[in-house]
Amino acid sequence: MNQAVHLPLLDEATPADPTSNIVAVRGITKYYGTDVHALENINLDFPTGQMTTLLGPSGCGKTTLLKIVAGLLEATSGEVFVKGKPVTGPGPERAFVFQDFALLPWATVTRNVAFGLELTGAPKKEREDIARSFIDKVGLAGFEEKYPHELSGGMRQRVGLARALAVDADVLLMDEPFSAVDEQNRRKFQEDLLRLLSVENKTVLFVTHSIEEAVYVSDQIVLLSPRPGRIHSIIRPELDRSESPDDIRRDKIYLDTVEEIWGNIRKYLE
Amino acid sequence: MNASPDSTNSAATALPGSSLEVSGFRVRLTGFQLRLISVIVFFTAWQIAGLIPISPAFPTFTATMASMFEMTFDGTMIAAYIETLKPLALGVGISATFGVAIGVSMGLYKGSRWLFEPIFVVLQASPVAALIPLITYAYGIGLTAKTIAVIILASPIIVLNTYKAVGNASPVLIQMCCSFQGTRLQQIWKVIIPNAAPVIFAGLRLGVAAGFIGVILAELLITPTGIGDIISYNRSIANYPHMYAAVLSIIVFSAVMVGLLEKAEVRYFRPEKKRGN
Ligand SMILES: Nc1ncnc2c1ncn2[C@@H]1O[C@H](COP(=O)(O)OP(=O)(O)OP(=O)(O)O)[C@@H](O)[C@H]1O
Ligand SMILES: [Mg+2]
Repeated sequence: MNQAVHLPLLDEATPADPTSNIVAVRGITKYYGTDVHALENINLDFPTGQMTTLLGPSGCGKTTLLKIVAGLLEATSGEVFVKGKPVTGPGPERAFVFQDFALLPWATVTRNVAFGLELTGAPKKEREDIARSFIDKVGLAGFEEKYPHELSGGMRQRVGLARALAVDADVLLMDEPFSAVDEQNRRKFQEDLLRLLSVENKTVLFVTHSIEEAVYVSDQIVLLSPRPGRIHSIIRPELDRSESPDDIRRDKIYLDTVEEIWGNIRKYLE
Repeated sequence: MNASPDSTNSAATALPGSSLEVSGFRVRLTGFQLRLISVIVFFTAWQIAGLIPISPAFPTFTATMASMFEMTFDGTMIAAYIETLKPLALGVGISATFGVAIGVSMGLYKGSRWLFEPIFVVLQASPVAALIPLITYAYGIGLTAKTIAVIILASPIIVLNTYKAVGNASPVLIQMCCSFQGTRLQQIWKVIIPNAAPVIFAGLRLGVAAGFIGVILAELLITPTGIGDIISYNRSIANYPHMYAAVLSIIVFSAVMVGLLEKAEVRYFRPEKKRGN
């Protein structure tokens, strides 16, 4: 039987390896203004084609780290490499799924999903065909001409996901994508996401508050300490993904990993 | 008189969209029917007030309508509207075009805000009717002066609404646009302006309504022409039905213009509102 594997922590000197790690974070420190110290010396690798989850208490800097990787925020010091190149801003190899959806209320589902392509100047017919195929893949067929206010929270999140998939980026950055979804839909969504990712071959950086969700979906879990966020530990739950979802959730490794993370989080809650 | 299935009188108290019982008939009222009923109630009240009369200078509804027909068919009204519409259309057109452009630039650029904000805030806060004699002094009594009166009334609200709407554009949507590598221009055209459109249009509707006030003020205070002339002339000769007919027609006209603007907004900018939510 496998056990959850602990990796040695990287330091700033470790070179970025673009072949197996599509994203490398080196020595990222972030201050908001002069007082708010959000992140302290973060070193991380995101293996190509894998799902990495950022887990940590509220305010520890998860969103901040994700936005720095996205190129939407500038770090105070340190660098992020994507495919070996330093990040200076948003780029076509990364797509962001926003926690609060960020859909255009005046645009239909189709136009929202095609929006990333619209911005690159893709012809209307082409981008709408691509959009429709992804609308189908996230399970929203039949809702192409609806507007966001006509959809439920879970459906809006799927639109946000389809929009990120449509631009065909290698790296998906997802900020608490399931926070607006109820528990039953959340599980269904997690399974859909895993299935989708196994065909689409994406690298995913995923922020969540839920330990169970992190263990269930991740190849690698990065546990952050309270602010200023530092890497507390990196855990790789070696689950057998060929099992059924219910079996995975009853698996001893699954349960032990959840328990172990709980233990760690409880320590810094005291 | 016994109650009939005709719902006009008893239905006046019905709530929007409700159904009510009239002599055993269930009547469902559409929004249009309800509006019609409220108009009928208003005109009936007017008729009664005119018959009492509440003031010797207050004509009945029927007398006013008779004047309206008379002036419409003898061409007075049409000639007057052509006169009134010239400064109005010019002034509103200029205010809308430049007002939205200035408001957008104020929302986007600090320099523009610094330049224009004091001007329009002062204009909005000042009693504009008091400025009209100054306009006459500077620009005479022609079309220019009247157009300027319209602009002075219509533009501040258009500019300030646009500025607020653009300045408060959703940071989340802007960030979304950035994350998909939208250019600054795409960000402005595809996110910021559509996002601001509802408030910009609210400003335009108020601006058009203010433009009507401006043109009538100008016609009453600068030189009597157009609808303002019909109003002031008929008041001076105590022909109150004619005067009220002119007042009523300009109110209706203004309401129709504002309504059309709302239709255009939904049609071209707010497709998500088209389906009755
Ligand atoms: N624009 C900002 N200006 C100042 N402080 C900020 C800003 N954005 C975030 N912070 C602070 O930085 C810290 C990290 O914020 P961040 O949003 O990254 O946390 P998080 O881990 O995503 O939290 P949550 O789990 O609640 O989403 C927080 O303490 C927050 O208050
Ligand atoms: Mg967050």
